[in-house]
Amino acid sequence: MNEMNDTTRPSILSIEGLSIAYDKDKFAVKDVTATIKKNAITAIMGPSGCGKTTLLRAINRMHELYPNISTQGIIKLNDENIYEMSTIKLRRKIGMVFQRPNPFPTLSIYENVIAGYKLNGIHLKRSERDEIVETSLRDVTLWEEVKASLHKKGTFLSGGQQQRLCIARALAFKPDVILLDEPTSALDPVATAKIEDLLVELKKQYTIVLVTHNMSQAARISDNSMFMYLGELIEYENTKTIFTNPKDPRTEGYLTGKFG
Amino acid sequence: MDQTNIFTEKKRAEILSNHFAGRKFRDRSFLIAVIFFSLITISFVFLIIGSLVMKGYHQINWAFFTQTAPDTFTAMMAKSSGQIIPGGIVNGITGSLYLVGIASLIAIPFGVLIGIYLYENSKKRYAGVIRDITDVLQGVPSIVVGLIVYLWVVVHVTHGYSVLAGSIALALMMLPLIIRSTEESMKMIPDTLKEAAIALGTPYYKVILRVLIPTSFSGLMTGILLAISRILGETAPLMLTTLGNPAINWHLTKPVSAVPLLIWQFYNDPNMVDLIWSSTLFLMGFVLILNMLSKWIAARRNL
Ligand SMILES: Nc1ncnc2c1ncn2[C@@H]1O[C@H](COP(=O)(O)OP(=O)(O)OP(=O)(O)O)[C@@H](O)[C@H]1O
Ligand SMILES: [Mg+2]
Repeated sequence: MNEMNDTTRPSILSIEGLSIAYDKDKFAVKDVTATIKKNAITAIMGPSGCGKTTLLRAINRMHELYPNISTQGIIKLNDENIYEMSTIKLRRKIGMVFQRPNPFPTLSIYENVIAGYKLNGIHLKRSERDEIVETSLRDVTLWEEVKASLHKKGTFLSGGQQQRLCIARALAFKPDVILLDEPTSALDPVATAKIEDLLVELKKQYTIVLVTHNMSQAARISDNSMFMYLGELIEYENTKTIFTNPKDPRTEGYLTGKFG
Repeated sequence: MDQTNIFTEKKRAEILSNHFAGRKFRDRSFLIAVIFFSLITISFVFLIIGSLVMKGYHQINWAFFTQTAPDTFTAMMAKSSGQIIPGGIVNGITGSLYLVGIASLIAIPFGVLIGIYLYENSKKRYAGVIRDITDVLQGVPSIVVGLIVYLWVVVHVTHGYSVLAGSIALALMMLPLIIRSTEESMKMIPDTLKEAAIALGTPYYKVILRVLIPTSFSGLMTGILLAISRILGETAPLMLTTLGNPAINWHLTKPVSAVPLLIWQFYNDPNMVDLIWSSTLFLMGFVLILNMLSKWIAARRNL
């Protein structure tokens, strides 16, 4: 099922027999096995409630915040089982960006970018801090827009700028993987286009996993696509292949807009 | 067929216009009633402040803030020679600040921690029990709080009326207010902010200290200031726990005075009546300033 044609890229994450239930025997993710390719954008698609968010959150163990959750199977990051790593170390290697921009309202733009270091009590020299802030903001093409107001609150920025700030905050740790859960669903088309261009640029340095409701977004920017349905991974293919020649009728039905 | 239709249309328009006219009238009279009752309420507040100022201002001078309360004989002598009563209420002011300070030191950490616990575990049964107990505590009459603290602390710990006992009584009264306001202001923080911190690998206690508390800081401060202004005028529990003291006292285990205690004392002494008003004016002013401060902080939250 998950033999993808993407043989040019090495793998970075491998998900093996992953099942997740919020309550006993009510599985939100059912026996998902897949490998995620390095320096690629992998899109996760599927109708509402099919388990996209749950699967994504399992990759940096954010799903463990829910009290009654149970997880079976393993996920390996570069051959290391993430369920045996400390969450602190794991989340430094796998960053996350949320649906709604969520900069810390009490912190300035500058402090928001290095919030990960501050919150973890990692001490940096002034010059190191300045450099991390500048490169992270340049990476998200925000530097020119905010360099004159670095010490203003991040909440003064527009929605699209805030979301790029949140991506910069995730980049500041130089993670291996960035997880994004519908990062543009709260943004206007112009801001969305900026983020899409940005993600395509970022995949040169990072591996990107993107949950999206927007099929054309997946078609435009992703290299590989997963289609999930009722918690199962139905099809995982090269994006071009899945859009032009879906194997499973459910994938085809979703992509042609019959349901979803 | 057409005829009846026209008739009903007309009729309906008439009914509607009557209805709107009626509604307009009701809207108007309601507005007038609201304005009338608001004016009554507002004028009460101004009457209170006005009469306090009128009756109290001539006793307010430098000595009022720097000297302790006079004895009844001095007051009587001053009155009979037509002078203002000498002395002030500094023993009460320092006592009140001391009591409220210690009470805050006890109540704020406990209250904020319990409030955060309730917010973090809002659905657990244990949290529900704590919430109910908090509500009960809030409803306990202050004289009962005083009696209980008398039994526990005055009798068994400090073996006499003391600052400690008074502070504990006041802290018990502040606690439910702070717990509730902490929980409420934490609830205003969007969950996504907490998730942002956790996704950066932040340890749990740092999420609380570095994200939740700073983000809800103005809400926490507002709650604390309101709790302080609520207990600043408490008299009954202090009568049973600190009693009063004619001199300034900084010993935790000794009795201390407080502004409301002095007011009560002045009330019971015909020679001191003049001091009631100035002391009350002071207390009222202090509470008012705290209230305005908390409103100001709350308004800044939205910036
Ligand atoms: N906190 C939770 N507690 C219990 N069940 C949950 C919880 N969150 C999600 N679920 C259930 O798990 C299933 C998968 O949810 P998930 O949020 O992963 O779907 P999704 O594909 O991201 O949906 P959407 O496109 O609407 O964001 C759903 O059936 C949902 O009802
Ligand atoms: Mg989702």
